[in-house]
Amino acid sequence: MRSPYRSAACVGGTVAALLGLVMSVGGCSAATSEGSGSPDRRTLTVFAAASLTKVFEQIGADVEARHPGLDVTFVFGGSSDLVAQLQHGAPGDVLATADPTTMDKAAKAGVVSGTTTFFTSNVLTIAVPSSNPAGITTFADLAKPTVDVVICAPQVPCGKAAAAAQRAYGVRLAPKSEESSVTAVLAKVSTGEADAGLVYVTDALAARARVDSVPLDKAAATRTRYPIAVLTATERAGTGADAAAFVAAVTGAPGQARLTAAGFGPA
Amino acid sequence: MRSSRHDLPGWLIIPAGVGLALVLLPLAALAVRVDWTHLPALVSTPASHAALWLSLRTATASTVLCLVLGVPMAVVLARTTFWGHGVVRALVLLPLVLPPVVGGIALLNAFGRHGLVGQYLDVAGVRIAFSTTAVVLAQSFVALPFLVLAVEGTIRTSGGRYEEVAATLGARPTTVLRRVTLPLILPGLASGAVLAFARALGEFGATVTFAGSREGVTRTLPIEIYLQREVDPDAAVALSMVLVAVALLVVGLAGARRAVRS
Repeated sequence: MRSPYRSAACVGGTVAALLGLVMSVGGCSAATSEGSGSPDRRTLTVFAAASLTKVFEQIGADVEARHPGLDVTFVFGGSSDLVAQLQHGAPGDVLATADPTTMDKAAKAGVVSGTTTFFTSNVLTIAVPSSNPAGITTFADLAKPTVDVVICAPQVPCGKAAAAAQRAYGVRLAPKSEESSVTAVLAKVSTGEADAGLVYVTDALAARARVDSVPLDKAAATRTRYPIAVLTATERAGTGADAAAFVAAVTGAPGQARLTAAGFGPA
Repeated sequence: MRSSRHDLPGWLIIPAGVGLALVLLPLAALAVRVDWTHLPALVSTPASHAALWLSLRTATASTVLCLVLGVPMAVVLARTTFWGHGVVRALVLLPLVLPPVVGGIALLNAFGRHGLVGQYLDVAGVRIAFSTTAVVLAQSFVALPFLVLAVEGTIRTSGGRYEEVAATLGARPTTVLRRVTLPLILPGLASGAVLAFARALGEFGATVTFAGSREGVTRTLPIEIYLQREVDPDAAVALSMVLVAVALLVVGLAGARRAVRS
């Protein structure tokens, strides 16, 4: 009878070769994403909250124009997700979150250790489907039993802001749904499933083709400040010059102008 | 290597082992990550209880719905031929390959306030979105193909001999179905139901898109876990272990039944 060990060794060798191939491909891509690459092109990786997508891409293009040889890449997502990714070793240089609490978490985890700068702020507004079918004019209208209102869950920054709004107006809302992200709230409103939703002013502005806004007179009570910081790993590696340049671009006049144009408030 | 009926080629164990490692490694990593001492406290919050209870209720309701609708579908698909049979079968199995969020968007466009069917329901005062019914619908949509596949396969392999004999003995078609076909396919039906239940329990994308997320009404355990990740990763991991444990229990029980039978 033929020895099973010989055929096992045969197949085992093939499997090992395949695994080696897979890992070398993975290793290749990991090396290039480190940003070391070729000496004349540098890569800067910015982790930023999802609400900053369009405006940061604009600022990134500005920075690339002023610094030839620099590529600015972005990772956008929920602030907590970003911090979790960085904690688990994702490579990055700059972090900008949608509220101070998440940045504190990043600091506690050692992901950021230097100075944190507040660079902008955001407030809430009421988003309604085009033509405002439920006729929402005030915050109190959201508490009407006939109105289906959707807000963010209190565990996320926009949910905390929604709770602040309820406190400011002295109105308790009974939302039909508490979503995990502003995008989900916006989606429910723009499709007409919900009569109204509490979203950031910047989100309503960006989606003005699909939703209308009803501004809040007590919007200031929902103000959330956005911090930005250079990551510890970048500072330690001494490659912080480009990161510092990006932070300066964000806090400087041209960056601030772009933020204001997108609907953001002062830091 | 011991095996009961056939001689398995020895090298088979290597890719099988790699596959097993691929599945077990992430689960083991999760188990290592769990804060076992604080697990009872982490999973005993009112929100967690509400989410778990809602998940179990809706998954059970979805499984029942899948059985009521899926078994007839499987019988028709397995026992009849008609023009377009292949297309219908492919469409029935579509939710298997569709990303759940896409399924949720589709359900919204069908049963939402301005949906194809939903707009008429809305006029009649029936609102499906944001309700527990929507959760059951979403879960059934994604779990139905599992049941249909399992049952259809069992019917095909069971052949038609016994049904023919019953018919020649004078039994009406309904009696044949009730007293011959269904008892024959019961094992396949059971495993299909277990698969459907497990799929419904873990459903997230379609539910959150179509039904929303409200504690006790539409926030099932997977949605609760996703939310907890934002503030308390330890709680999220603990709740994930609860889900894994429930899934293991359900699948294990079904497997034990089959082992006892054979």
